[in-house]
Amino acid sequence: MRGQIFTNGLIRENPVLILMLGLCPVLATSGTVRDALGMGLAASFVLISSNIVISMIRKVVPNEVRIPVFILVISTFVTVVDYVMHAYQPDLHKMLGVFVPLIVVNCIILCRAEAFASKNGIFNSILDGLGMGIGFTFAIFTMSVIRELLGNGTIFGQVILGQAFHKSPVLFMILPPGAFLLIGILKGLINYLQR
Amino acid sequence: MNNLSLIFVSAFLVNNIVLMKFLGLCPFFGVSTRFESALGMGMAVIFVMTMASWITWVLYHIILLPMELIFLRTAVFILVIASLVQLVEMFLKKSVPALYSALGIYLPLITTNCAILAVTFLNIDYEFSPIQATVFAIGTGIGFTMVLLIFASIRERLALYPIPRSLRGHAIAFIAASLVSLAFLGFIGLFGVAI
Repeated sequence: MRGQIFTNGLIRENPVLILMLGLCPVLATSGTVRDALGMGLAASFVLISSNIVISMIRKVVPNEVRIPVFILVISTFVTVVDYVMHAYQPDLHKMLGVFVPLIVVNCIILCRAEAFASKNGIFNSILDGLGMGIGFTFAIFTMSVIRELLGNGTIFGQVILGQAFHKSPVLFMILPPGAFLLIGILKGLINYLQR
Repeated sequence: MNNLSLIFVSAFLVNNIVLMKFLGLCPFFGVSTRFESALGMGMAVIFVMTMASWITWVLYHIILLPMELIFLRTAVFILVIASLVQLVEMFLKKSVPALYSALGIYLPLITTNCAILAVTFLNIDYEFSPIQATVFAIGTGIGFTMVLLIFASIRERLALYPIPRSLRGHAIAFIAASLVSLAFLGFIGLFGVAI
């Protein structure tokens, strides 16, 4: 039962690839593997922390004002991530730019708060946040590996496909249209495998 | 980025919020199935985006900055947008019922539109004056509406074509978005505006 809560977010209800939530950061920050991992970990931290707090306060928050309260909790953790990243990873913070504070409107986080953490205990909420966070990071990581490999011939800045390819890569994949095309193809592939 | 017309062209075409910056994708894929609903959503976004830009600009420069409360930025801005949407909805319902019935169902959806929050952050990051912020917000809103309309037209036609079963729905929409985004790459360098 508990194992299922954890694995739900990984594959069967993967927030990005199956439920199509939180697409903005997935498309925008999957240009390089480093940015993608940074975004995945930052969003996962906010997801797990807000799940914990919301699960703890779920019995004292009146039903009518629960959404503003959830948003305040989430924005607190987003501010924490924003400042920590600015202090310890200034380059990454600059690359991700406005997408760090925008984690606050990531549909996945509010969706899990409303659908799971506000109805379940702390331990289950941690498991749910962990599963969903890893599912999100997995999706954004997969996208970024393909995009960086084809669009720049590198992974983590290391040349993989040889110098000749690195000098004239499929630039299209790093540009915005490449992100749309890739997620379209991935979604089609998943639909095909599900049938 | 000081000239007003340059700010407008940049926000409207070159750095189009949906196709180049990947913001506001949820309404983009959710509402863009019919032309009329796309128009309603676009109008509501232009309206709220401009109002939100004014209010957050004033709050940031009059209250947050002098009192050294910048760390509250994320929480304050999201609450401002949420309550603004609520206020606008109540105001329109009372005084302009015709406009309310046109925008009505799209207004609540706007709270979760990350494009609005992003514009208010970018106004601060680019250090815009109130006039520049207004032009930026209107340009971004019109750009969002235009792309939504283009895309609604494409999807209305797509519904008529025989598409492979795996690609139906989201997958083909992403691939179509990729092609529209490719066309928008052509605007890079227009009037010397960089991406």
